[in-house]
Amino acid sequence: MARWDLFREMDMLRREVDEAFRSFGMGQLLGPAFIPGIGTGDYPRINLSEDNDAFYVEALVPGLEPQDIELSVMQGTLTLSGERKEGATNQRTWHRRERGTGKFLRTIELPAAVDSEKVGAEYRNGVLAITLPKAEAMKPKKISVRAN
Amino acid sequence: MADKGMVTRQDTSLAREGVRVPDTYVRPAVDIYETEENLTLVADLPGVAKEDLDINLERGILTIRGGVKGGAPGKALFREFTLGEYFRQFQLPDEIDADKTSAELKKGVLTLTLAKSAAAKPRRIEIKH
Repeated sequence: MARWDLFREMDMLRREVDEAFRSFGMGQLLGPAFIPGIGTGDYPRINLSEDNDAFYVEALVPGLEPQDIELSVMQGTLTLSGERKEGATNQRTWHRRERGTGKFLRTIELPAAVDSEKVGAEYRNGVLAITLPKAEAMKPKKISVRAN
Repeated sequence: MADKGMVTRQDTSLAREGVRVPDTYVRPAVDIYETEENLTLVADLPGVAKEDLDINLERGILTIRGGVKGGAPGKALFREFTLGEYFRQFQLPDEIDADKTSAELKKGVLTLTLAKSAAAKPRRIEIKH
């Protein structure tokens, strides 16, 4: 099971408070979709959802080659890392420069154990969709009650 | 966002932008750069498929709209983004040859290449003896 992690908990709370103050729409994307850079820890932006069988993580990683994205699952933590490379910048006059380039790394602690052998990921239109099937022991079991 | 306390050079030719209701649209991040031949705009539009992207150039106003379909199954536990529709508008400089515009959407990134009209391109003038 997941360790009790005070810092993570505080971070989540801080984020929730921030969200509550900043946005009225739930999970409305504020600011740019993707600014890589080690140390921010906020990118890529993710959504986490679950059903009975699996957890689903969606991450916004536009402009990356799928092979440049590193995914690993260890002890209930999902790590996403990679790099968005800069194109050639010869002889250019910049008018706007809002899209970041560089490396990123983000860890997501999953709420329950997953079967790391069966994790699948798909990259489509700049969005990475990861499916993490729950470990058998974590899935809810229906127990039928027999009447005597 | 990031330009708090920073003095940014206002660039009059491209600085005029249309702003829509902020909580219904996502404003995509863009890079705009100029070379001798072209003006190139690169926009991050994760989640937008080709058929849901609409680029319109009319009377010097460039409008980028992108819709997002789909989303992860299941019950949300934690969300940092909701993708509905991207929207951003730019006023382009006059020296753009609108007929020679090419757009490419790859891996959620739009690259729009706008050709400069002949008058706007730098020309080297030879000096005759």
